[in-house]
Amino acid sequence: MGKEILTGVYFMQGDIACAEGALAAGCKFFGGYPITPASEIAERMAERLPEVGGVYIQMEDELASIAAVVGSSWTGAKSMTATSGPGISLMQENIGYAVATETPCVLINVQRGGPSTGIPSIHLQGDIIQARRGSHGEYKIIALAPASAQEMFDFTIDAFNLAEKYRTPVFVLADAFVGHMREEVIIPEPEKIYRVQRKLRDSGTSGGKFRGFLDEDVAPMPIFGYGFKTHVTGSCHNDFGQRNVIDAEALDYYIKRLNNKISKRAHEIISVSQDMDGKEVALISYGSCYRAAREALNILEDEGMRQVGSFRLITVWPFPRVQIQELARKVKSIIVLENNLGQITPYVEAAAGGQAEVIFLPPRVLGTLHDPHAIVDKVKEVIP
Amino acid sequence: MKLVHPLMKYVRPGAISTATCAGCGDGIMAQAVLRAIDELELNIDDFVFVSGIGCAGWIPSPFFNADTLHTTHGRPIAFASGVKLARPDRKVVVISGDGDLAAIGGNHLIHAARRNIGMTVICANNGIYGMTGGQVAPTTPLGLKTTTTPYGNVERAFDLCALVEAAGASYVARWTTYHARGLTRSVKKALTKRGFSFIEVLSQCPVQYGRRTGVGNAVAMMKGYKENSLSVKKAASLNEEELKNKIIVGELVDKDSPELTEEIEKVRRIHE
Repeated sequence: MGKEILTGVYFMQGDIACAEGALAAGCKFFGGYPITPASEIAERMAERLPEVGGVYIQMEDELASIAAVVGSSWTGAKSMTATSGPGISLMQENIGYAVATETPCVLINVQRGGPSTGIPSIHLQGDIIQARRGSHGEYKIIALAPASAQEMFDFTIDAFNLAEKYRTPVFVLADAFVGHMREEVIIPEPEKIYRVQRKLRDSGTSGGKFRGFLDEDVAPMPIFGYGFKTHVTGSCHNDFGQRNVIDAEALDYYIKRLNNKISKRAHEIISVSQDMDGKEVALISYGSCYRAAREALNILEDEGMRQVGSFRLITVWPFPRVQIQELARKVKSIIVLENNLGQITPYVEAAAGGQAEVIFLPPRVLGTLHDPHAIVDKVKEVIP
Repeated sequence: MKLVHPLMKYVRPGAISTATCAGCGDGIMAQAVLRAIDELELNIDDFVFVSGIGCAGWIPSPFFNADTLHTTHGRPIAFASGVKLARPDRKVVVISGDGDLAAIGGNHLIHAARRNIGMTVICANNGIYGMTGGQVAPTTPLGLKTTTTPYGNVERAFDLCALVEAAGASYVARWTTYHARGLTRSVKKALTKRGFSFIEVLSQCPVQYGRRTGVGNAVAMMKGYKENSLSVKKAASLNEEELKNKIIVGELVDKDSPELTEEIEKVRRIHE
């Protein structure tokens, strides 16, 4: 048997680091379909999963990939897929199914330029809202945005832990920039890697009625193969998994329970990193844009302008509304850096509620990193 | 004395009343599957039943008292593939309709057959979209008037067994609901077969097909199956003209070839 965790220091591509993070988290099933710029994840998993007793399968399309991931997760396996925007578009219906059936799984979206086929190897943060609301119906999602090869490793582990803890699909919203870049990646000792295992129905019990669904505190998962006689359906159902497709009351319960499971614990799930103490201007960023924000802050510091700080979203979803509300009360201006035409900016504006000025700043050319000097110039417009 | 159906022990407690219409073929199919399990003395807890959307998807879900995964439209074989790959010791059975498996899900059907993954797919082919109200399906006969072919169907019907055979399945059979015994025999064979097994069951939809197209009620439809069916052996001696509008029933493929999960296990053993 090969090692799940390749402890060491590497010069490693982001996509490869993602695959190694998945294996370190205990991933045992990968179902996917090749697509630039995510294919390297599939290639690495195809090589590594058989070494650790796992299964790699290249399915016939992305709809089948996510379906196989959900099917395998119901046997208890930690499961994942990796794709880019076009693949996520195809997966949407079954992502909703994973939410509805409370199936832990991880989806890596190495974002590329869109809409449509767009440009496969140029990065864009074009799928941020898609991750949140791409599937039909009313639901909540968890999404993390890495900014380096190291975070491709770290955040993939976090994604598995969140998926297992909350029995829900979790996105890693990478992009072609962090997916294809090569940097130092440190893979820690196995005992230093925190791994969460989903709660399971006790295998000593069998058959009969069991509340395996719709618990706001996350029901133990009655996985297949233990005589539980579990009934899993994407139709509206109750705590026991029994379908009900006639009552609006049942629908109301089903929706609210699934949504509350995430929103009640949002404070535990949401992760931001900020150095905003005593600052007047905030640079809000996530994913690869954070790198440009960091560099702009270095330049500003060199110039003696210390009234600007960084507020970074590590989890884009659930959205850190409360944290941004607090931020807006303390600062004069918020500059939102996104490599798109402003996908989270309306959320920032809503949270700020007029308490601070909110300015959206894309890179001059979409699909490129922000020029840090352009960020510095914008800051100087705000602070004359 | 209270009479209890001998297969009732396999029915999920509380899931008694079905959603199917009077005269539907789903009940005959459900019995054939459960009777096969019973006669083989298999433990239903060793099964995972996977189904999609459409009337036939309700045959195992929620009625079979086992692990059941009722999935999205067209995708049950893809979900079932994940179950089988992660737990090759499970008996994985997909039961769904022709619209689900051959129209929206056609790609998964042929690729599962190509991979020869160890699962059984049982397709209820009623030649129509029953649940949504009698629209044309890829299995609807040429010329038939349906709710979406008011001038008659201009498309040819799919031969599902030929499709799955060409894709590489280990076992392929076709029956109708009239042939309950032959069907049960084939299900028993399919459940014990290594590799991908596929059974097409022509199944009457007396409401959306029989009534709307004038073919008649359930009894008339089953009589039609009886009168128009030929065994594989008999069919072999007839020419194309004589076989027109006939239903060839029986085993069409029964062969041995490498099964997917066993091949994956061989790859894994290299690393042990």
